[in-house]
Amino acid sequence: MTIDIPLTPIDTQHTSGVAPPATPWKRRTRLQRAHQALAPLLRRPGFSVALLIVLFALFAALAPQLLTSFDPYATSPADKLSAPSVVHWFGTDELGRDLYTRVVYGARLSVLAALLAVTIALVGGLGLGVLAGFAGGRVDAALMRLIDVLLALPGLLLALAIVTAIGFGTVPVAVAVGVGIIPGFARTTRAEVLRIKTLPYVEAARLGGASWVRTLLRHVLPNAWGPVAVLATLDFGAAILATAGLSFLGFGAAPPAAEWGTLIANGRHFLITAPWVSLLPGLFVVAVVFSLNHLARSAEEHAR
Amino acid sequence: MKRYLTGRIGQALLVLWGAYTVTYFILYMLPGDTLAIMLSASGMEADGLSPEDLAKARTYYGLDKGLFEQYFDLLWRALHGDLGQSLSLGRPVTALLAERLPQTLALAGTAIVLSLLAGVGLAYLTAYLQWRPLKTALARLPSLGFSVPVFWMGLLLIQVFAFALGWLPATGSQGLASLVLPAITLAIPSAAVYAQVLQRGFQGVWQEPYITTAFAKGLSRAQVQARHGLRNAALPLLTLVGLQVGNTVSGAVLVETIFSRNGVGRLAQEAVLRQDIPVVLAIVAVSAAAFVVVNLIVDLLYPYLDPRITHTAKVS
Amino acid sequence: MSQPQLIQVRDLSVSYTFAGQRTQAVRQLSFSLAQGETLAIVGESGSGKSTLANALLGLLPANANIEQGELRVDGIDVAQASERVRRKLRGRTIALVPQDPMVSLNPTLRIGRQIAEALLLAHDGRRYPGLDAQVLALLEQVGIDEPPLRARQYPHELSGGMRQRVLIAIALAGDPRLIIADEPTSALDVTVQRRILDHLQQLVAERGISLLIITHDLGMACDRADRLLVMKQGELVEHASPRQILWGAQQPYTRALLNAAPAFVPRKRPPGVPAQTPLLRLSNVGKRFALPGQHAHFTALHGLNLELHAGQTLAIVGESGSGKSTALRIALGLEKPSQGRVEFAGVDISACSWRQFRPLRRRIQLVQQNPFAALDPRFTVFDSIVEPLVSFGLLKGAALERKARELIARVQLPVHFLDRLPRELSGGQRQRVAIARALALEPEVLLLDEPVSALDVSVQAQILALLADLQRELGIAYVLVSHDLAVVASMADHVLVLRRGQVVEQGPAVQVFGSPASAYTRALIEAIPGHSRSVLPVAV
Repeated sequence: MTIDIPLTPIDTQHTSGVAPPATPWKRRTRLQRAHQALAPLLRRPGFSVALLIVLFALFAALAPQLLTSFDPYATSPADKLSAPSVVHWFGTDELGRDLYTRVVYGARLSVLAALLAVTIALVGGLGLGVLAGFAGGRVDAALMRLIDVLLALPGLLLALAIVTAIGFGTVPVAVAVGVGIIPGFARTTRAEVLRIKTLPYVEAARLGGASWVRTLLRHVLPNAWGPVAVLATLDFGAAILATAGLSFLGFGAAPPAAEWGTLIANGRHFLITAPWVSLLPGLFVVAVVFSLNHLARSAEEHAR
Repeated sequence: MKRYLTGRIGQALLVLWGAYTVTYFILYMLPGDTLAIMLSASGMEADGLSPEDLAKARTYYGLDKGLFEQYFDLLWRALHGDLGQSLSLGRPVTALLAERLPQTLALAGTAIVLSLLAGVGLAYLTAYLQWRPLKTALARLPSLGFSVPVFWMGLLLIQVFAFALGWLPATGSQGLASLVLPAITLAIPSAAVYAQVLQRGFQGVWQEPYITTAFAKGLSRAQVQARHGLRNAALPLLTLVGLQVGNTVSGAVLVETIFSRNGVGRLAQEAVLRQDIPVVLAIVAVSAAAFVVVNLIVDLLYPYLDPRITHTAKVS
Repeated sequence: MSQPQLIQVRDLSVSYTFAGQRTQAVRQLSFSLAQGETLAIVGESGSGKSTLANALLGLLPANANIEQGELRVDGIDVAQASERVRRKLRGRTIALVPQDPMVSLNPTLRIGRQIAEALLLAHDGRRYPGLDAQVLALLEQVGIDEPPLRARQYPHELSGGMRQRVLIAIALAGDPRLIIADEPTSALDVTVQRRILDHLQQLVAERGISLLIITHDLGMACDRADRLLVMKQGELVEHASPRQILWGAQQPYTRALLNAAPAFVPRKRPPGVPAQTPLLRLSNVGKRFALPGQHAHFTALHGLNLELHAGQTLAIVGESGSGKSTALRIALGLEKPSQGRVEFAGVDISACSWRQFRPLRRRIQLVQQNPFAALDPRFTVFDSIVEPLVSFGLLKGAALERKARELIARVQLPVHFLDRLPRELSGGQRQRVAIARALALEPEVLLLDEPVSALDVSVQAQILALLADLQRELGIAYVLVSHDLAVVASMADHVLVLRRGQVVEQGPAVQVFGSPASAYTRALIEAIPGHSRSVLPVAV
């Protein structure tokens, strides 16, 4: 809270106590402002660590070969089920494949599947939410019934139905998960649009001559974006868990593909003798998802 | 009030019908060749059959009728309790469900109770404490709770409590002991959500002016939190319990698979693996029905918790 | 001192620590309060008065630190006391009547129960026979009708005034020796406030309770207190009786506060404005809202006639629910009247669609009530100010930049404020930005909805002065809507008084204020704090 400046009229040429700049004063660009806003976040250690973990996962998804020298499909029966060591950071599985490599290569499938799911959910959910919130009335009521229907179908079961119909594999799983997340986005977007629509500054813009399109693009959407972005990050984590769950059940990509869920499922059989085969990939998943949640929460707290 | 009740029930039925229809369309319309799927589910190959046999199969499965006729036929029978035949097991679906439902209900019920106790307890504790470091640590705990994959947690618990310590059985559907680990595993994500929402609720409520009024009367911190804080912070929880039914059912599929329990969840997993369409449709429909019913009850209970909400007409 | 003082504060200093920064809230404050006295602490935001109240109650937040000094309540030093000792004092020795009655009651508990809670605490938490009877007796004492019915109701079923009375009942329940009334005049309508405060003072006088009034309203404090303490940024500036302050305030700050309070003096205008077509005319305008689920209608406005000429100020005065905001919205074309006509510059706009009206919008603009929500939080001041120009496509590039600088100078803000975001501005600064935005299109008519009600008194004076300057320079006509007659009096040429949608009185300001015809107008004038003593210095 700043204190009001005193009553004396202020000259446009200078302010008290500050020497007039040599060059005429210019406004900051949008980029400079964004940078200034982000800087304090990056200084927090927890945030930076979380960001690193997420970037690692994304990097693994895009260029796994740069992070490991092993071949994820190369079997080596002699080394099977060996515990984590300096050579094999995560140990090896029952066919002697390096587990760390399998996890890194699995990122490509799991992370990209989750990205696809969230994109589908964003496009569908944002569209529905904005339409419902802006249009109001009957359109809103009808769309909300549609969302209710989607909500009534539990996420995993809806995904199971879709996978039954169009077959197994990474893409069907991603589509199924994406469709299941749409209701959350639609509701959040709609709530935000409804809230912002009635705020005075939207009315002021309309009174100042702004068209509905301009109001939507420049006032409503940018202000609604905050909670939606937080939800997108959180749901990215949830999508990773959901796609892992589906591939754990056996509906993901066929072996020898290394999806994270499949890795964990695989290790079930060796739980007594070689627990690391299931537990370490799972730990990696937990790290990535927890980091995503942390990023989302920090950003939300910072914005408040 | 009565008008609201009938309206709400009508809405619930509409949603249920919608859910059934959407699932039907996914299962019967999305696939390229429904007949081939159904045949393979029954253990036959479509290529190995002659055209007359294919035609007979088509009639048998009811696929020769028009799309809408087929749909209404299925819907009509479902309303009468006939959910079709399982393709892979050859038994009526209704019987299958009746067999397996009690297991899942026991699991889900226990899990919901556990998750509420744990979630509310954790949030209450976090709000009451004033020592910063512990408070912050506890506040982060729910986030960890829903970062953990349910199936991985189950495996971890099996590893520790069943194999390493030998306290509880790793698999099986009989007896109370076998319910403990699965219920805990299933409860964790929901507990995390409840704790998170309630924590936020408490944070908001502590800032409210009526808390100051309560303190000014001379109440202690414990009294304020119990009498004024909890009641107001817990309001969103009721809606949440309704929504969490869906997550609990989803989680049950995974948990029953890991712990090899004979419930509806594992039935679903097997059905999908064998592409047994009627079973999948029935399970999804029943879950949707459960969701709709629970949420309807939640909606009707709301005015008893929050007196500001009435189901009568208001002046805007 | 023959009698021990109830409150004795000596050299009290309190600071807050937030994100590593320390801010001093109270600096070496000393005063005392005897039993049965009424003391008012007057200050604007940031003066430390709320901190003082919280310190007395022992309810300072965790990041507050009492650095030095004594705070003796009935002999006990609260500053050094344990929580248990403080808790014993709360409710039983010191009670609080909170600021905003709309949010100070637990929405999920019944009224009777909330009052009973306070009574029980005075009896060590044990239920006793006669508890219920005492609750009802209290409700009756504070002037609530039908006590048995009200005790079973929830807060949202009571009006704001009734809720304030319930809070007074809660404060009285513990039989305290001191009641702290926090900003008792901010949240309610003027006539309601007056009645409630009168009643409170009566109850307090009957029982010999001390009253400590925390307020920003110097006029009200002068009306009701035996002594005043004026605070500024944590320091005690002046300590005197109301008479001493009104007739000879020693300190410049106190004098500034007095002068800033809008003096209730009708503006003098050269008589005989030449007849011309009115810029804005509402003829027999009425507005009804349909109630959902019922056949009844809610009449917001009925039979409203007004005319606005160029360069003049028309004030619409009314309390909440009077329909004044509805009248503004109809004038702007945001609502369609159920009956009657609205003409702007000769054009009948009540029949126009939004698109048809749009070109005319350049000539009539609005400054909204709440400066905190009137600016898009993501827009810089520059973006907000030039947006109307951009929407109409009137200026671009360097010309736009020049216009922005010109507008911000006109509202007397430094040019580097163009770069700031709304959250970096105070309420008064945001209101100036909103005014600059409204001026961007160079309108002929400016509608102002409660433009200063959310601001501090000294800031109010600045904004009103700015508006007066702008009217002189640019010749804009104003329609000023307010519940505060004092604000209106300094600016209006014509006044229209609304009550529950009906026009109660209408005419030139001098006439309406000088010799009001209706009893309601008279009641409104009498409710102005400071008016009853008629001792506010005249500032012409």
